[in-house]
Amino acid sequence: MCTLEKRGQLFLLKLTGDGEHRLNPTLLDSITSAITQIRSDPSSSQSVLITTSHGKFFSNGYDLALADSDPSLRVVMDSKLRSLVADLISLPMPTIAAVTGHASAAGFVLAMSHDYVLMRRDRGFLYMSELDIELVIPPWFAAMIRMKIGSPAARRDVMLTAEKVTAERGLEMGIVDSSYGSAAETVEGAVRLGEELVRRGVDGHVYGGMREALLKQVLHTIGSNESVSNRMRNSGSKL
Amino acid sequence: MCTLEKRGNLFLLTLTGDNEHRFNPDAIATILSLLAQAKSQAKRGSVLITTGHGKFFSNGFDLAWAQASGSLTGAAERLHQMVESFKPVVAALLDLPMPTIAALNGHAAAAGLMLALSHDYVFMRKDRGVLYMSEVDIGLSMPDYFAAMVRSKIGTSAARREVLLSGKKIRGEEAVALGIVDSAAHDSAEGVVEATVGLAEKLAAKKWNGDVYASIRKSLYPELCEILGLKATIFATPKL
Repeated sequence: MCTLEKRGQLFLLKLTGDGEHRLNPTLLDSITSAITQIRSDPSSSQSVLITTSHGKFFSNGYDLALADSDPSLRVVMDSKLRSLVADLISLPMPTIAAVTGHASAAGFVLAMSHDYVLMRRDRGFLYMSELDIELVIPPWFAAMIRMKIGSPAARRDVMLTAEKVTAERGLEMGIVDSSYGSAAETVEGAVRLGEELVRRGVDGHVYGGMREALLKQVLHTIGSNESVSNRMRNSGSKL
Repeated sequence: MCTLEKRGNLFLLTLTGDNEHRFNPDAIATILSLLAQAKSQAKRGSVLITTGHGKFFSNGFDLAWAQASGSLTGAAERLHQMVESFKPVVAALLDLPMPTIAALNGHAAAAGLMLALSHDYVFMRKDRGVLYMSEVDIGLSMPDYFAAMVRSKIGTSAARREVLLSGKKIRGEEAVALGIVDSAAHDSAEGVVEATVGLAEKLAAKKWNGDVYASIRKSLYPELCEILGLKATIFATPKL
């Protein structure tokens, strides 16, 4: 499902196995539990998180086949991912997504939930697939996209044409921070960046607080439930 | 003043006549009714292209009609009437269950530029035609939904300043550089329309579900939708 490794001050979270790493309740729980472990590590506020994956996919989004067999799981997966993303937003350390495979829909959002997105340029794309599979895009996904993609035309291309965004296009759009020749090089790049960030010696708690302030609008949208007439506010923080 | 034509998958909305295509209550009502018609006939693969004849795409509201009321209060009321009745036109375009493309044959000023920006894609001519928010020059105030449209569609503060505050007449090349339009690569009105037809055919080939398309479009512009009173419909019917 996912493994957690510590290399010096770097936490390496890997989505394992050769499958699509669909964000079903089990995988989401597994990732969340890894994040909880990271938080409880005494040196966490001087650390960096790198999230990556094995195989052809970073993550191909929610487990839609599962949701089809049991529609109530749709809400469960959405709720667990909201929680996880809010967790990542308040995490007291810099976060890096080393995107070594396709990241679609909820998988794309998971990648974007990191401070840095590093991606291989030889293969793979970021893809808001919803329009192509007749799903609407949840408002909180749209809020993340508005936060992370600056140009209205680029946002339109991502959401309203379901563009398959290569690393090169991602760099142009400002979604991707740097690109690499292969999966291994992407992870190496993430490790180098992580080590540089550790060297800067920023206090993770201050960093996490700043990130929450910056992404306040996204947190607000994550915490609100549009299908209910009364908006319920969750703080989103998992401390 | 305005026609709707169907060519296969394409709906072609044309502001006819060799004039400024000013928006008075009649013109606004006609456009609204034609958009409703397009909406009712929409199916997978439908695309709307809006264009005009002559030198102008549209020069905005019919200020002459406002002034013809004979008094300052009368003019203000007529202007207010046009501002309010144009809001549903913008809303109808944001709500339209198909991709929309503005093919600017000529100048687009004030409400005319708003009409253009209400589309998903804007193509203008390279050789002729300007974009111009004239309000700052003629001393008109900015309706809330105009400002929201500029904020929603134009990303940088420098570009927004150029559009809203400078009273600048922006030509094609600069409009592309500022990120206001998608293309200004073609000379002549026919060239622009042809280019938009090319884009329309690519989009039509995707055969997207129009209701899902409209919902995703609205979720791109929550501030503007709120001002227009548009709600995104939340539903999900995955095609697996």
